[in-house]
Parts: sequence; structure tokens; C-alpha cells
Amino acid sequence: MLYFIEQLLNGVQLGMLLFLLAAGLTLIFGIMDLVNLAHGSLYMLGAYFAATFAAFTGSFVLGAILALAATFVSGVVLEVIAIRPLYGRSHLDHLLGTFGLLLFFNELVRLVWGPAGMTLSLPSEMLTAVQIIPGMYYPAYRLVIIAATLAVAALLYILVMRTRLGMLIRAGASNREMVGALGVNIKLLYTLVFGLGAALAGFAGLMQAPILTVQIGMGENILILAFVVIIIGGIGSIRGAFVASIIVGLIDTIGRAFLPDLLRAVLNTDAALTLAPALSSMSIYMLMAGILVFRPEGLFPAASK
Amino acid sequence: MLALVASPAMAQQKTVKIGFISTFSGPAAAIGNDMRNSFELGLDHLGRKIGGLPVEVIYEDDEIKPEVGVQKTQKLIESDHVDFIVGYIWSNVLLASLKPLVDSKTMTVVTNAGASQLAGEQCSPYVFSTSWNNDQTPAAIGTYMNQKGVKTAFLMGPNYAAGKDMLNGVQTTFKGQIVGQELTRWPDQLDFSAELSKARAAKPDAIFAFYPGGAGVQFVTQYAQSGLKGQIPLYTAFTIDDLSLPRLKDLAVGVPGAQEWVNDLPNDANKKFVADFKAKYKTTPSFYGAQTYDAVSLIDSAVTAVKGDLSNKEGMRKEMEKADFKSVRGNFRFGNNHIPIQNFYLQDADKTADGGYALHTVSLIVKDDQDKFHDKCPMK
Repeated sequence: MLYFIEQLLNGVQLGMLLFLLAAGLTLIFGIMDLVNLAHGSLYMLGAYFAATFAAFTGSFVLGAILALAATFVSGVVLEVIAIRPLYGRSHLDHLLGTFGLLLFFNELVRLVWGPAGMTLSLPSEMLTAVQIIPGMYYPAYRLVIIAATLAVAALLYILVMRTRLGMLIRAGASNREMVGALGVNIKLLYTLVFGLGAALAGFAGLMQAPILTVQIGMGENILILAFVVIIIGGIGSIRGAFVASIIVGLIDTIGRAFLPDLLRAVLNTDAALTLAPALSSMSIYMLMAGILVFRPEGLFPAASK
Repeated sequence: MLALVASPAMAQQKTVKIGFISTFSGPAAAIGNDMRNSFELGLDHLGRKIGGLPVEVIYEDDEIKPEVGVQKTQKLIESDHVDFIVGYIWSNVLLASLKPLVDSKTMTVVTNAGASQLAGEQCSPYVFSTSWNNDQTPAAIGTYMNQKGVKTAFLMGPNYAAGKDMLNGVQTTFKGQIVGQELTRWPDQLDFSAELSKARAAKPDAIFAFYPGGAGVQFVTQYAQSGLKGQIPLYTAFTIDDLSLPRLKDLAVGVPGAQEWVNDLPNDANKKFVADFKAKYKTTPSFYGAQTYDAVSLIDSAVTAVKGDLSNKEGMRKEMEKADFKSVRGNFRFGNNHIPIQNFYLQDADKTADGGYALHTVSLIVKDDQDKFHDKCPMK
């Protein structure tokens, strides 16, 4: 039982990270109708900035704050220079344009930071497991990730549902032309939303950096999962992204944790060992396929949010 | 090639064309660069000549993908007409590329990948290895785990050809009980939370892990973060090396690993290799580089023996089988399957006087070890 709870926590923790990425992706898609393949690059930039600033200041927290600001600024600059010309064009143009940006950022990082990758070290008191219920230990840093992401999710909720900016964001998502016609500076709104998405991606990257280390192309695999999340959750819906992130995180982790043992009951050890990782990674895509067949709008269609 | 153009007197002379396949993009480019640097240093040490002939090296990137590796291999054979192919980090890339190599009878020196099939039924007269077979290194650490009195172990590795070979390799020597084993998605799974939770729940005496390249950094980091470091000792193969150590720092100290080469092995060839590498590239070479450096010497011995007649493959093969060169790991001989019969050492990391970290040899675990697959190789 304790073991099962521990695996649930692992799933939730993965889900939390996916949410940070998916939230920005879904905001940008929902409001600007832009498919952003370069979102993973901002995740990577966040991690590289954090590793650099943390080494420079000697403090993990200070490095993280500086990195968050730097990723926001990078997002804003990127939007103004490269993303603006893409609005209103076809999704194929978005894919090509942002895929180009993805390659550009990988090479840029290679030039600036070198090919070897970096490490963002945790303070030594984080290198331990804490006892959360008697007999059950959980890595301290992964608890920090869960807590920090929940806090960000709450802030995001307040921002979108309780502030004037959030109102504009929601209005922009449901009717872009009308918002523009009412005299709202839609260009500025787009830039801010893109910057916010970038900061969220950067936050995901820097939180993940101590676990997965910092390397070129680190955002690419996880970006695919983030796209799966927003398709399951419903494109443009933050609430959908939150629920779908946790579902995807749980399915992935539970599959990895329990499938090998289940398969071993029916197959020999070798076959079960080889098959289990493949099956558990497929399970997420099978869920997505099911959602696309039975609820093509996703679990929380944006219109009903 | 420039030298060729520059001096008309040499225009008649042949060049030795070498195709080099490794990974030069993505995070694993660190390994590919180390191999390329070592190969270039080896050529420098021979005055940029192999067997007295000028050399042309064509570097190709396999992107860690078997399908790309086989395509680049075919390109080197069919359109570049290379005399030798050197490299291959990944067992699955090598296995995919083996057929065109063997069919074309291209002289090949594998400098890392140690797929068990190559040592066994798929061995070939023209394919040599300057590394090892996959089972040897984990078998050595299995022996060491016996010495340390480990009774139960939990095994982890990535789900591709080498991962399976490594997990089987430990079990060839480890006498205790295996209480669990996990293969993880490769190469995209970098978060091992679910598997580490499993290891914790299985309560073994020890964890064995094989995570090459960047994945080793992630694995050892997460092992430390999970608080397991003080509770369940970790034993490794190809997980902590000179490339990952600068990123792992303290986390690598006290984690034993087995290896056939360590940077402080006290033979003259090795001292020269390590010192010159450090002088030229300002960093320590890894075992990937050491194995690749040996390939230069091996090829040089073959081309010298046939006096530059590159069409005499039979002559080159016979010479290479003697392994008549100064290896940086100390001299070794080839088994019937062209896989080295060699020593394996226990290595550990510690802090150096200048505040950095370095790997060092602790002891010899096994002497003149031969892989367990050579009986299946039809060559005698």
C-alpha cells in the first residue's frame, strides 16, 4: 500500500511538470491559435539560465528567480521578432517556423554553453528522502516540485479568473476580433501571453534541471507529452491541462511501476522486461486516441470553461 | 589531402581512407567528441600517417539511431570507398550496421559497442573490437559484489541491446539472488522515479546500474536525491566515466565501477596518451577515447605489415589478430572472435588536489577475462 502511494506521488510529480509546460502551450494555442514547437526550447533555456545564474550567484533560489525573469524576457523578444509574422497563417507555417526556431535554439545553446550539458546541483539538504507518513520515504526535492507547481497553478488560476488581464486573456480566447474591436491592445496582450507561456516553460525546465540535468534538446521529448496533455485536456483550457497532466503522469508512472510484474505473470522474464517499457509508453497514446475518437474536443472543451 | 595537393611528388601515393561513425549531435556528442579527439591525437602521434601513408578521415554522425547508423555505414562503404571503418558507441547501431560491414568485407574496428551477437554467432573475420563484449564489465562488477558479500541485488538498465547484455552479464558471476530487474525506455526516459521506488521497496543489499552517457548523470543524481545513497549501495558499469564525473562531482565518490581502462594505469603508452590529451584538449580522456586511440595503433600495425597494400585484407587481418601494438590499457590479445581478452579493474572517484575530481584504479578484479560468447563464434 505504501509502495502504491509512493508510485502515485511519482505520477503526480510527473503530471505537475507536464502541467507547467502544457499550461503555456495551451494558452498560446487557445489565444493566438499558434502551434508552438519551440515551446520545448524555452523549457531548455529556463534550465540553462538557472544553471548559469545558480553557478554565478551561488544560490539555487536566486538562480531560479533570475532564470524565470530571463526566460520571460526571452519569450517576449522571441514573440516580437519571430512569432508575430506567423499569426493568422496556416498551422503548417506555424510548424515549419517554430521547428526552425527549435533547431536554431539547439545550435544557439551549443554555441553559448557547449555540447556537454550542465548540472544544476541541489543544496545538500535536498539530497535526502523525508518521511511523509510512518514507513514511507519520498525524495525531498520531488515534494518541492509538487508544492511549487501547485502554488503556480493557484497563481495562474487567480490571474486568469480574477484579474483584468485574465479577463482579456479569456476574452481573447473566445473571440479575438471582438476584443481587438473593443480597443484592447491585442498585440501587447499576445506578447504578454507568450512571455507568460515562456516563463511557465522555463519554470518547468529549471525545476526539472536538478533531476534530469541540463542538456541540448531536453525539451523535445517532453514537449510531445505536453501536446498529448493539451489534446486530452481540451485545447485552450487550463483546467483541462491540469487534469490531463495528472492523468498522463499517473498512467505513465503506474504503467512503468506495475506492468512489468503483471506481464511477468503471463510471459517469461526476458519478454516481460522488454515489452513492459514499450507498452507503458504506448498507453498514453492509446488514451489520446480514445479521447480523439469519443471526445474530439478533449475532456474540458475551451468553450465550456 | 592538402598535403597531396601541395606536393606533386606525392601525387602517386595512396591515402588510407577511414570512415568514423560515432554520435556528434545531441547530448551524447560529448562521447563522440572524446572519441574523435582521441583518434586525432593518435594520428598526431603517428605524424598524421598510417603505415607511412597519408590519412583521410570522414566523420559521420549516427544520431544514436540504428537506422541512421546503417545508412551512414552504407554511404562510407559504397560512395566513399573507405579502407577502414572505426567507431560505434551503441550496440543497437552496430548490430544494424553489421550486415553491410560484413558483406562488403570492410576492415572494421569497433571502439565501444560490445553487442553479444558480435562476439558470438555474428563474429566476422574483418571485424575487430578494441573495447570488450557487453557481458565482461558487468561480470567483473558481479565478481566484486560477491567479494563484498552482497546477497541480494536489484538490476537496472536501458531497454536496448546493450542493456539486456549488461543485466545478463552481472548474472553470469553474481552468486546472490536477483530480487528485481528493470529495463527502462531508451533513450528518451530520463526520469527513474518509478524504478527507484521499486528498488527501495525490494530492499536489496545492492543496486546494479548500467546507464551510459548523459543518462548516467541523471541516474546517479536521482539515486542520491532519493536518499538511497546511504541505505543501498550502488554498483555500476559504464555509468560513471571521465565525461560524467565533472557533472556528478561528489555524487560519484564512493560508487564503485568496473572498467578495462582507467586514466591512471601505469604503462608508458597510457601516460603519454593521457598527458598529451590533457595538454591538447584541456580535459581528461574517457575510456571511449582510450579504446579509440588504440584503434589508430591497431590499424597502423596492419597497414605497416602489408607495406601499404590496402587490398591485402588477408594480410591485414592476420596482423591485427596478433594485437601487436602498445595498448593504453596494457597489452592484450584477441580471442578467436576478435574481442580482447583483458584485465578488468575496480575504479572509484575522488577529489584531486586542485579541487577537481578524478577516477582512479582501486584494484584488479579479474585478469585475462574472456567473454562468454566466443564458443558460439565459428572462427577458430
